Amino acid sequence: MIDVLYFAWVRERIGLPRETVETGAETVSGLIAELVARDERYALAFSDLASLRVALDQELAGFDAPLKGVREVAFFPPMTGG
Amino acid sequence: MRLIVSEAAFDPGFEVNDFTAKPVGAGAIVSFTGLVRGDGSASGMMIEHYPGMTEKAISAIMDQARLRWNLLDSLVIHRFGKLAVGEPIMMVAVAGIHRSEAFQAADFLMDYLKSRAPFWKKEIGADRAEWVASKPADEAALKRW
Repeated sequence: MIDVLYFAWVRERIGLPRETVETGAETVSGLIAELVARDERYALAFSDLASLRVALDQELAGFDAPLKGVREVAFFPPMTGG
Repeated sequence: MRLIVSEAAFDPGFEVNDFTAKPVGAGAIVSFTGLVRGDGSASGMMIEHYPGMTEKAISAIMDQARLRWNLLDSLVIHRFGKLAVGEPIMMVAVAGIHRSEAFQAADFLMDYLKSRAPFWKKEIGADRAEWVASKPADEAALKRW
């Protein structure tokens, strides 16, 4: 079980701010493939990975990062703070 | 070091005075305040953030600045939620021994807050709302450091 959080337009496209996911995926990419297979809202949200960022337990990570031991995954567009 | 991530409005003048009054032995204080820009038809902005990661990411950036420029003190205030054009969004203040370290540290903090603190801005107009896209120049600015 892993908590998956979505922010900004990723949240809007998927229609949820967060959900708990039962997954056997070993990497972030594996998790994305599982989500995309669910329905078109996910397929649309994850259609361009170059415009997405991922954080594992609140630290930025890469799409090939392992999920072992991770409790919280977040997907969001590049940040626009300041 | 003091970090405030809040929906509440703040008074930049009061914050600079309060920061300046602390007896940390500084010779230079540099501050920056960012406002919601009045770009054409925009009436305001909605800012979303990632509670928890926001505080962790900004604290790490503040720690880096403190060590690199020997800062005596620093302050970051960043708002989220709905803001009108002209309202202060955020501010940075740093206290250093000399002017050049303080200017550089404030510039560094701003560059990193822009693309490494998990905030997302949505510009609100009369009949539209659009997520603000990050600019390649923002990412490139990090390479300066």
